[in-house]
Amino acid sequence: MAPVQAQALPTNPDSGIVPEKVRDGIDLQINGEHYRHTGDPQMPLLWYLRDVLRLTGTKYGGEHGDNGADLVLLDGKAVSAIAQPLARLAGAQVVTVEGLAGNDGTLHPVQQAFIDEDAIGCGYCTPGWLIAAVELLRRKPHPGDDDIDRLPNLCRCGCQTRVRRAIKRVAAGKAGKA
Amino acid sequence: MSNDLVTPDDSCGNSIRLSRRRFLQVMAGTAGALVVGIRMADAADAPLPPALLGDNFHDLGAYVRINAEGNVLIGARDPDTGTGVATALPRIIADELDADWTRVSVVPLGLGVTSNNGQPRWTYGRQIGGIGGSIPAAWNDLRQVGAVARWLLLQAAARRLGVPGDQLRCDAGMVIARDGRRFTYGELAADASKIALPTSVPPLKKPADYHLIGKPVGDIDARSIVTGLTRYATDEHYADALVAVLVHCPWADGTLAHIDSTATLAVKGVVKVVQLKPEPGQAWGNTVIAPAVAVLAEDTWSALQGRQKLKLEWKPGASGSESSYALEQQASALLAGKTDPTTRVRNDGDVDAAGKKAARRLDATYFQPWLAHATAEPMNCLVRLDKDHASLVVPTQAPQKAWAVVQRLTGLTPAQIDIKVPRIGGGYGRRLDHDYVAEAVMLAQAVDKPVRLLWTREQDLGHDYYRSGSVHQLSVTIDRKRQLLGWKQRTASASALAHRNVPDNRLWTSELQADQLPAALVPNYRSDWYALDSATPRGPARGMPHLSNAFAVESFIDEIAHSMKEDPLVTHLRVLGDPREVPLSSGGTMDTGRLANVLKLVADRIDWKNWLRTVNGLGIACWHVEGAYVAHAIEVAMQGEKLIIQRVVCAVDVGRVINPLGLEGQLAGATLDALSTALNLAITFKDGQIQQHGYKDYPLASMAQLPNAVEVIIVPDDDRPPAGASFLAMPTAAPALANAVFRASAVRVRRLPLMKELLRML
Repeated sequence: MAPVQAQALPTNPDSGIVPEKVRDGIDLQINGEHYRHTGDPQMPLLWYLRDVLRLTGTKYGGEHGDNGADLVLLDGKAVSAIAQPLARLAGAQVVTVEGLAGNDGTLHPVQQAFIDEDAIGCGYCTPGWLIAAVELLRRKPHPGDDDIDRLPNLCRCGCQTRVRRAIKRVAAGKAGKA
Repeated sequence: MSNDLVTPDDSCGNSIRLSRRRFLQVMAGTAGALVVGIRMADAADAPLPPALLGDNFHDLGAYVRINAEGNVLIGARDPDTGTGVATALPRIIADELDADWTRVSVVPLGLGVTSNNGQPRWTYGRQIGGIGGSIPAAWNDLRQVGAVARWLLLQAAARRLGVPGDQLRCDAGMVIARDGRRFTYGELAADASKIALPTSVPPLKKPADYHLIGKPVGDIDARSIVTGLTRYATDEHYADALVAVLVHCPWADGTLAHIDSTATLAVKGVVKVVQLKPEPGQAWGNTVIAPAVAVLAEDTWSALQGRQKLKLEWKPGASGSESSYALEQQASALLAGKTDPTTRVRNDGDVDAAGKKAARRLDATYFQPWLAHATAEPMNCLVRLDKDHASLVVPTQAPQKAWAVVQRLTGLTPAQIDIKVPRIGGGYGRRLDHDYVAEAVMLAQAVDKPVRLLWTREQDLGHDYYRSGSVHQLSVTIDRKRQLLGWKQRTASASALAHRNVPDNRLWTSELQADQLPAALVPNYRSDWYALDSATPRGPARGMPHLSNAFAVESFIDEIAHSMKEDPLVTHLRVLGDPREVPLSSGGTMDTGRLANVLKLVADRIDWKNWLRTVNGLGIACWHVEGAYVAHAIEVAMQGEKLIIQRVVCAVDVGRVINPLGLEGQLAGATLDALSTALNLAITFKDGQIQQHGYKDYPLASMAQLPNAVEVIIVPDDDRPPAGASFLAMPTAAPALANAVFRASAVRVRRLPLMKELLRML
């Protein structure tokens, strides 16, 4: 999708107020909200989320994504936010960890399963695990151990066995149930 | 939420508005004496549940606040690096308080400090996380905190009903009279907060009455973590703060030879370039880790771009000729030679004379690599300095030590320094040091603006206070009845305590334990430590010194069994001997029965009796850590050059358990951390430069490398006070793995990381 073009705005000659011209920018959707980025088009999505929008759920994992703490869903695919310059994201739909739950606060089944299985260490890399797990379960609602083995995330606290249980819990339709 | 500074103390009475974020502070002493110091002080400015904001809360001691609706706010004293103390500590208070856990919210307290004639007085006593001491300390004093708050509520109800307090009881957030009349804590909170605190500690609950302690509960922050709302220090922000990123000198003792920052300063958003130097004479961990150049900018992206355009030339110092390979050669030469040890750590009986009577003797040498901390959340710090106030958000395991660094650099009085400690993205000992705090404060001073410091991943691995590599030479003599006669251990390593104002005769304490297995179980036992000198920064590391020693000792016992053609479980149990309390040099005791018990539990669970019959390899190991006992049994399969960890069983005896679910997670997690470390990880350096730059060359184990499950067995043991378990499951995982690999492949791995060595030897 092409970026929205700046348009001449109608002005009211009587009021004397001239609205600010709509600035050129990169339009994208994040968690269902529309945003227009008017700064450096090379800025990676990670810093746009964290510094500009103050959506800090997506964490810095390293200059190359590294431990997967900066995974977001970009048009449904789990990608490292630091590897996505905004210039490439015109018209894109981004979902961050903040956008997984419903507007009414209902948790995504994967979020619920992480709570059920206490699949959390320090929690810093958890948003990345959630995004990777959501994508996996969308691609493959009943993933095998081999599929789970291919998740790219790293964690020194050792939440991996509990994350595995959480994913299987979702696949079995048991998230939120005893 | 505003990040403005909390207004200074004005002692506004017991009942306060929550938005002022104050706690009435009571300090409970550890020995049962209640030190009551009522004063208002700034406390946590952490995110509070929105539903509670603006409500009227009443203080019931330092850690507890209750509002009219009966919502209970409990302060968490120790930093939570993922160990679960922010859940477990408030649970201890809530149980004594008879609170309804569903009404409890937890607030991280931040550093509690006031001025006492210019000296710091620590409001909450001990505040340190991730070294295994939080739970034992809390068991001593936080139960009293809950009991005091409960007593206040009982008194308030007694006055209202006109009956003595001992005719009332508390249950799930209510005070109930014998005639059935009842008040909720919310109804009583305002009155209770006006009652003078008791002069002695009210009686504690009987263990039979615990309703939270010993019951499993999920992490208190789970919901806010999975929704991305938990704010770590790196997520905190001041609108006018500059973002600082650094380039460190490759050598901690190097110097900056040339700098050209023209291109950097031309980057839009870059404000300033500042040089930093370690303060001469300061201990490691207290000042900047290495000379550095900082780029300060309006946002992270600008700062990183500016950093990329810096033109810097560094000159090496003395460490410029150091290599990890040469240090290991030096260690081996020391152990092969006849020089006296730096420290004779333990010397029981006469190990040389015992050797002469022996029927058999076995020697082996084990090698441990250097290691980094690799926390998920890189080093960072947010600081705002005003003329008479400093406000910081610090991911620190030891806020009191962070305070000392800020105090030294700013000269402010104790209470003028406000340190908030949110949930932390992993510590492992790295955050017991505060070089990054020194950096942030120096930068804030240089630019006269708040500063948000962020290290990159590459810096985090490349500029750490590493864990030294070590060489362990073991020698055992055995009599005809297969009893161990003599045991010699000689270890060479670079102490984690060097350059830290620790006396020379104590430097060994980070490298060896005087009481480690099989000390006190073998009549003739000697352990010697040989110091290596290294300028590469070192510091506290998770599981130190157990990790390296358990690998050597527990692998060696397996080798002894093999040399005698014996079942290693039988050998282990013979070494432990009859169940008894063995006195230790630390003053405590080791219970061989409890240790043997956890070993037998993992052996049973993994079907050890078939240890020779299975095509897979089985391995076991056990260890004791300050009153806690741990064992692992591991089953591996080799498919060509591929190692598959089929099963892992971990059993522990830690005395009373506060939160079994949290403990299980901590044990499973530490097991995986230890396996990941043992399989893959090593830091190497050449010409004084660290050769690992990211997870690509410091590869934490992937999901595929790790076992699919860790089976945890917790021995019920409510008769003993709780021991710490923060790193308890680490020491035995690597030796159990190496022992299993030996059975599966006939390759004895005596050098970590295991995968590299295994592939070399296969």
